[in-house]
Amino acid sequence: MTVTHTYDSVIVGAGGAGMRAAIEAADRGRTAVISKLYPTRSHTGTAQGGVCAALANVEEDSPEWHAFDTVKGGDYLVDQSAAQLMCEEAIDAIYELEHWGLPFNRTPDGKIDQRRFGGHTRNHGEAPVKRACYAADRTGHMILQTLYQQCVKRGIRFFNEFYVLDLLMSEGRTAGVVAYELATGELHVFRAKAVLFATGGFGRMFRVSSNAHTLTGDGPSVVFRRGLPLEDMEFFQFHPTGVYGMGILLSEAVRGEGGILLNSEGERFMERYAPTVKDLAPRDLVSRAIFQEVREGRGIGPHKDGVYLDVRHLPRDVIEEKLPDVTEFARIYLNVEPTTEPVPIQPTAHYAMGGIPTDVDGRVVVGPDETPVPGLYAAGECACVSVHGANRLGTNSLLDIVVFGRRGGRHMAEFATEAHLPDLPERPEGFVTEMLGAMLERAEGANAADIRTDLQDQMYDLAFVVRTEESLRKMQEVLGGLRERFDHVLVQDKGKMYNTDLMEVVELGFLLDCADALVAAALARDESRGGHYREDHPLRDDEHWLKHSLAYREDDGGIRLEYKDVKLGPYVPMERKY
Amino acid sequence: MSSQPLGDVLDSSDQRRAGATGKVSLTLKIRRYNPELRGEESWWDEFTIEAFPNDRLLDALHEVKWRHDGTLALRRSCAHGICGSDAMMVNGKNRLACKVLVRDLVPRVTVEPIRGLPVLKDLYVDMEPFFAGYRSVLPYLINEEGEPNTERVQSPEERHRFDDTTKCILCACCTTSCPIFWGDEEYVGPAAIVNAHRFIYDSRDRAADERLKILSEKTGVFRCRTTFNCTEACPRGIEVTKAIQDVKRSILFDRF
Repeated sequence: MTVTHTYDSVIVGAGGAGMRAAIEAADRGRTAVISKLYPTRSHTGTAQGGVCAALANVEEDSPEWHAFDTVKGGDYLVDQSAAQLMCEEAIDAIYELEHWGLPFNRTPDGKIDQRRFGGHTRNHGEAPVKRACYAADRTGHMILQTLYQQCVKRGIRFFNEFYVLDLLMSEGRTAGVVAYELATGELHVFRAKAVLFATGGFGRMFRVSSNAHTLTGDGPSVVFRRGLPLEDMEFFQFHPTGVYGMGILLSEAVRGEGGILLNSEGERFMERYAPTVKDLAPRDLVSRAIFQEVREGRGIGPHKDGVYLDVRHLPRDVIEEKLPDVTEFARIYLNVEPTTEPVPIQPTAHYAMGGIPTDVDGRVVVGPDETPVPGLYAAGECACVSVHGANRLGTNSLLDIVVFGRRGGRHMAEFATEAHLPDLPERPEGFVTEMLGAMLERAEGANAADIRTDLQDQMYDLAFVVRTEESLRKMQEVLGGLRERFDHVLVQDKGKMYNTDLMEVVELGFLLDCADALVAAALARDESRGGHYREDHPLRDDEHWLKHSLAYREDDGGIRLEYKDVKLGPYVPMERKY
Repeated sequence: MSSQPLGDVLDSSDQRRAGATGKVSLTLKIRRYNPELRGEESWWDEFTIEAFPNDRLLDALHEVKWRHDGTLALRRSCAHGICGSDAMMVNGKNRLACKVLVRDLVPRVTVEPIRGLPVLKDLYVDMEPFFAGYRSVLPYLINEEGEPNTERVQSPEERHRFDDTTKCILCACCTTSCPIFWGDEEYVGPAAIVNAHRFIYDSRDRAADERLKILSEKTGVFRCRTTFNCTEACPRGIEVTKAIQDVKRSILFDRF
């Protein structure tokens, strides 16, 4: 039996972007938040190091310097007007979080304390600057808790453990979503005038990843299946410091506080790759430097494919007070004591720069002309504004979710007050009913975990830090084979209650969609830029490739690519040196 | 800085990890409940799997679910102790399955749902009563004095006063380890008190009296019998019992 609900605004996902949007929308109209997790389980909570804003509390700074760093860090694929706007609104966004109670660390005179972070510099690259506002190394946790507290205060309506599996369109605009209730296996149709996706990333397509098991690209995949494009999917961030062998993130704040990277010879190798900022170079550069050290035989670990992160020289109180969680991760998961031993690390799949294309108001936009889809919005990691371009700077994701969560939530609610409620399409739940029915009726078939493991292993081997035409072509073949196996996948649990077996299969399908788009766009882009490094085309090629990719799913299952211009501005692309 | 060879320190940590490459055998005894399959009776299942010593218990449970029995139901997300999804009773103690390693469990481990909340399926419990307790203590900053144009000033010492209780991830390990909570569903429980503490001692908040009044009622802090189960159970190392004692003391001596 399908239950139908009606709201003005429906927000899908309850991490930082979703809840920030919900706070905005709930003040203006009937709003529901649909989330497959309890809100406080969202991955925003794992962000550690900080959120940047040019408050200049500790040293001179300006939003303009922040915008420059963001554009340069993004290897000039950033839409510059969007980055400028984000860096200007950053300041109020941080004060707002503070007014809502976020427990930032403080300076001796009681202001929000700030620290260094990779790629954030004074006066266009002169030296690292203290710009990251932080709460120990649990800044994301405190943002998530603070936003949830504000949602509780406002009595915002949450549908927890509901999985959104389809987007409804009618009359050429957004009409709502279809969701699966995990507790009962029932489908729910949410009619709405406006829908905002804030479902996070899809890092689980790689074997080594900092991402939660639940980060499977649900929102991007749902809109992709409805014929809407995904932008800049080839740009994925590989964070240099994941726990060796596991991928759990060790914050860049470790290096911000003075930690350094060492190869097997004990050499601080970043001095060779980025003479000015050294270990605080942007993440794409550091990950590639690690790859190079490993390739030249200076790696560590059982497979000689990692390096060390060293904090032994830092004062004990800095380690214990400012980096307690990171220190604990090393102790628990590696059995390493960071105060006396260097910590083995390796690059880990961390963040999708690409996603659902939007403008600065969160409106989903289609094609080179950026035509808005009425009533459809996206924010946070699942969206591509684009403020991160080809490589996101550390801390800018937390900033993105609060700035664009607020803008998207406000715009959708204002749209909903003006708009009428569109009719539902006929049998709105039909697509989902058939998809789940086909999965459940099979009595035997392929093991989903095997397919997922193969996807993750192959993406790690063929489409990770270093890519070539050959590796990506091979990955496309692999994906074709995985898709065939997925079409015969077995769901062992046939029940209605808490059928996570079924939902994990659905999530695997989402991951395959996102991988298709990522690999197709990466194969086409025969240059290197930011997180996308093509060993067969190691240089950036602004003449041909200073443009965003848009990937569309074709009716025959293939991927069509088109391109749109980057919104350039005051910062002329130049060689990226640090 | 250190360009000298790293020497013995590294050899020892490398060896430790190298020694962790062989798989070991782990038997999981899991308390099951699935009303669709077996009605209202719960039962025990045993699975023996191969795992790396440095794998998490969560990885072992995934191995069971993905290779042996797809109907096994458990919550999980981040897999490194921050999201708070996978609280469960491990050998009789509340733990996050992603923060317990196989090497500390072999050859055998018993896994059950956390206690005191209705079991829905296998390790899924109804979290609603837990969150109701949380909501009852006004878990948000209250200050109607008007906001400055910049941040409110707070000294590092004032900030430090409530640091410990800001770590809470609402996993329910503490509350569902509390014998008082097991016996009395009206008791708000340790996690709710921790979250009240976080605001009561925040120099920017103005509603401490209101929260202390709520917690002085019969569903509040005086139910606590100081058994320290909560402190032992907290995967974030919060001194939960101390936080509860702080609140008791404020009710008795500071405010009323």
